[in-house]
Amino acid sequence: MSESIKTDVLIVGAGPCGLFAVFELGLLDMKAHLVDILDKPGGQCAELYPEKPIYDIPAIPMVTGDGLTKALLEQIKPFGPTFHFQEMVQTIEKIGDPLFRVTTAQGKVFEVKVVVIAAGGGSFQPKRPPIPGIEAYEEKSVHYAVRKMETFRGKRLLIAGGGDSALDWTLNLAPIAAELTLLHRRDEFRAAPDSVNKMKALVAEKKIKLEIGQVTALEGANGQVAAATVKHNDGTTSSVACDAILPFFGLTMKLGPVADWGLKLKDNELIEVDTESFETSVPGIFAIGDINTYPGKLKLILCGFHEGALMAQKAHRYVFPDKKLTFQYTTSSTSLQKKLGVV
Amino acid sequence: MAKITYIDFAGQSRTVEAENGSTVMENAIKNSIPGIEAECGGACACATCHVYIDEDWREKVGGPSPMEEDMLDFGFDVRPNSRLSCQIKVTDALDGLVVRTPERQA
Repeated sequence: MSESIKTDVLIVGAGPCGLFAVFELGLLDMKAHLVDILDKPGGQCAELYPEKPIYDIPAIPMVTGDGLTKALLEQIKPFGPTFHFQEMVQTIEKIGDPLFRVTTAQGKVFEVKVVVIAAGGGSFQPKRPPIPGIEAYEEKSVHYAVRKMETFRGKRLLIAGGGDSALDWTLNLAPIAAELTLLHRRDEFRAAPDSVNKMKALVAEKKIKLEIGQVTALEGANGQVAAATVKHNDGTTSSVACDAILPFFGLTMKLGPVADWGLKLKDNELIEVDTESFETSVPGIFAIGDINTYPGKLKLILCGFHEGALMAQKAHRYVFPDKKLTFQYTTSSTSLQKKLGVV
Repeated sequence: MAKITYIDFAGQSRTVEAENGSTVMENAIKNSIPGIEAECGGACACATCHVYIDEDWREKVGGPSPMEEDMLDFGFDVRPNSRLSCQIKVTDALDGLVVRTPERQA
């Protein structure tokens, strides 16, 4: 096991609520690390609607998802949060009072006094196409990500999708694959025009094949796919022989490992918290933002900000059990202003 | 005002009254119509409010915008009459509109 990272608070999720929690914790002298499955901060604001306007952030008449993320990063800069991107928290184990050992699926280990779950709609995971029986082939011959290109050397590949992931991997894997077919439901691609042109050149040189349609069935045995049935837009079907299939249909949110952390859940999808401190059924583990529920809950960013502020008050008691907390305003407190680096 | 009918994959039909200017997705969510998830809340940023427009209504409803076409790539079993219901605004002209929800959303 790798050496553990020791800090005050681990925040699971770097969306707007997780980011603002860094600010509220920081004002009370608590250091935070954040873990997020995406490769960037912002959560849904970054992944689902970076360019879409948000109109209900107090005192900001309009801001985009990307703009809000950038502003929050600027606001929390004085507190020097540490980010761990492309990692997913897998387990949380109570090892002291209060002390938690948190491990990620990628092998990082944290030892923290407080855990704040700000995981929104759960973790972003690749979309699984609704092809009957596809589960049996996953990780064996159906892959939603390319971890090692060598896995695909000399194989007949079927890549499905029309975005950047599908096109990038088509271009990268074409030289090492025995055969490569790119399958998309229409003859237009959202991927970068440069990639689309390169792909079309490969098709013209007959180095790869381009099929227009959607996969409806798979053939194969023991997890090894042999062929995919493709339905074309005119209703006809054909069969594409292949050794591996790579579907790239974007990301969706799944609750994921959160369900296994021993927390009291509502309808198996939201974490129950109290409205005084937004603590879960396990003392020392908090949940803020879209992932929590309580009477009257609204899934608004502004509610998540409020939840973060109250959470920090209770978290302080776990991190500094002997310190008395005096309530202060950033407008007038020189001690808070020092922390913010403005005096 | 317009009446909108949603027919689910099993064939069950539900009709609701919709206000002009609202979207077909919003009326589904407001009336707890199953088969429409609208994960992103109507930002045309997912493909979980995918519906099939009844053939008789395709011309009146029209086709998707280029941005909506891009999002439809994330849908499943996308057909020529596929639309994202968050992008269809209700008008008097759509009174009687019939849409079908797919077997599952993306």
